[in-house]
Amino acid sequence: MTQAPLLLSVDNLATHFFSQEGILEAVDGVSFDIHAGEALGIAGESGCGKSVTAQSILRIVPKNGKIVMGEISLFQNGESVDLVQLDDRGQEIRQIRGGEIAMVFQEPMAAFSMVYTIGNQITEVIRLHQDCSQNEARERAIEMLGRVGMPKPEQTIDAYPFALSGGMRQRAMIAMALSCHPALLIADEPTTAVDVTIQAQVLELMKDLQRDMGMALIVITHDLAVISELCDRVMIMYLGKDVESAPADVIFRDPKHPYTVGLLRSVPELGEGHSQELDPITGSVPSPYRRPAGCPFHPRCPEFIPDVCDVHLPPQIELAGGHRVRCHLYVQD
Amino acid sequence: MAQADAVHNDVNAAPEPSPEPNPGADGSNPAKSDNVLVVDELRKYFPVLRGFFRRQVGEVKAVDDVSFHVARGETLALVGESGCGKTTTGRCVMRAIEPSGGSVLFRKRDGEEIEITALTKPELRSVQQHMGMIFQDPFSSLNPRLTVLEIIGEPFVTRKLISSRRELEERVAQLLGSVRLDPTYMRRYPHAFSGGQRQRIAIARALALDPDFVVADEPVSALDVSVQAQILSLLKELQSELHLTYLFITHNLSVVEYLSDRVSVMYVGQIVELGRTDSIFRRPRHPYTEALLSAVPVVETGKAGRRRERIILEGDVADPSNVPPGCTFHPRCPYVQDICRIEEPRLVDLAGANGIQPHFVRCHFAEELDLQGVRSSPQ
Repeated sequence: MTQAPLLLSVDNLATHFFSQEGILEAVDGVSFDIHAGEALGIAGESGCGKSVTAQSILRIVPKNGKIVMGEISLFQNGESVDLVQLDDRGQEIRQIRGGEIAMVFQEPMAAFSMVYTIGNQITEVIRLHQDCSQNEARERAIEMLGRVGMPKPEQTIDAYPFALSGGMRQRAMIAMALSCHPALLIADEPTTAVDVTIQAQVLELMKDLQRDMGMALIVITHDLAVISELCDRVMIMYLGKDVESAPADVIFRDPKHPYTVGLLRSVPELGEGHSQELDPITGSVPSPYRRPAGCPFHPRCPEFIPDVCDVHLPPQIELAGGHRVRCHLYVQD
Repeated sequence: MAQADAVHNDVNAAPEPSPEPNPGADGSNPAKSDNVLVVDELRKYFPVLRGFFRRQVGEVKAVDDVSFHVARGETLALVGESGCGKTTTGRCVMRAIEPSGGSVLFRKRDGEEIEITALTKPELRSVQQHMGMIFQDPFSSLNPRLTVLEIIGEPFVTRKLISSRRELEERVAQLLGSVRLDPTYMRRYPHAFSGGQRQRIAIARALALDPDFVVADEPVSALDVSVQAQILSLLKELQSELHLTYLFITHNLSVVEYLSDRVSVMYVGQIVELGRTDSIFRRPRHPYTEALLSAVPVVETGKAGRRRERIILEGDVADPSNVPPGCTFHPRCPYVQDICRIEEPRLVDLAGANGIQPHFVRCHFAEELDLQGVRSSPQ
């Protein structure tokens, strides 16, 4: 693989939430790199910390949460900025949010304000980040809406979000996120709230845009198939830990961590017929306040080794081909 | 008219080829003896009201002329995108909402046939104990102020089926055991359970009165991936243990393939394709079914031949209050012809004379089109 320049490097990131019930270790020591133009998928079940990882990058972690450890280095024009060190309300991070790094959310209704037209909201973003007049910004917004396949962009730009259908709203939100040509787009469950035919449209659109605009992409989802469609690399998270990460073609062909194996086996696969055997993971994700000692997955793990897995946290093992896994079953090559 | 009648009778025929065609108009039909449910021309129109006097200015055809049957012990899946009327159909069948027209015939285990749409409220209540319902979201379908014992025991108490508290607890413990939950949990409140456990409680409640027939409306959509598989396996196991008949409502085609014997694909209030799941998935006959199947993202495991040509449908699902003329699917159909814009296709049985399993399609070109399904393992 030809190595594009490094764009974002997350090193040993930990984000904890402090509440009356105790400390919730939502993200606990996660590391990954993204190169320019690369697509990374972050997968896991609810509560695994995938969304908080994205929020940490953009420094939009909710109030009672705090980044307690680690570095997030953003490389631009040969310089690097540690996003963790920035003031989360400062000028610098506000230039990066929506400028260098943009985000699309699961629920487009929540991303738009109901009382402004989508055009108003997109031009606001453009004028915030780029020096241009109202008319120029509007031109660009129309161009962007056309780019994401919005029918009649000259008219829909003056539509209110509630007047658009689910798929169109998703497109408008992608247009808003891309309006300043970000180097990195973070998509948090971009297709979970839409129907399957619309999901196909949105996935195709994101693939095209990523290729044409050469931006990097982080896709956060519980649906491994969506990641398989879009991403070059995959990181699987469980209870705040990055349990396995590898190139997409490697991880789906040869998963190493028992959790990844379980996830892949618990989804019925289209085309496999009525008689396919599901092999669900037993139990459910424990409360993050009561994280198991040792490997967080050991109470549900079919390969559980007594006195090892429940005592020691497995270190990250580097296997061949950029495959990293946190599991006692594997030893360093 | 006579032709239309013939079509509907075919819909109601049992999956096994019935020896003689049944020209009888309704109900008393010996060939459908093992059908739990026969739905005929079911319609539900919601009025669109406007203005101070709430005048009716239009109607939303949520369910429009839907006919199907469910044989005892089988699983029929209703599949489609949001707004296609699958949930409304499920609720009309139980009369949780009142249908605008059509008939729903329910056959009890002892063979007694009941026309659901003609029942009075008290009669309906006594029939409903033979039907269970499982909802999508286990966080809103369980009353947070009641213990598990009260939730599952409620049907026994309100129907005065059980005399002593001891007996009630025994029944509830038994039900909890059947959904693989620890019976000692019965004094806890729903908040103490995870999503998957709550869905198990909801299933136990649906099965409390030993129903023949269960309507499951997106029972796994709100759950985590690893838990979905547990609930799907549980539903399959319960079906064979208790000889249940499922009407399974979902948008997830992988789940349909895993669980259902037959599938009915709905689009804007109508059935567009109905038949055996394996044959429809292998070779769909309606362009919408083909597009739905190809839209599902698949995990690239490196197995040969998994990559499929993807069909991207233009635009959105039609507005059911303003249905396009002709075939409702024509604005999005990649194979659209002039006739599709004018004439509405009828639901016809392709298998018809061949004597194989009935396969109904609502498309002018069902015979001609060579549509692509999903690859099924050869064995």
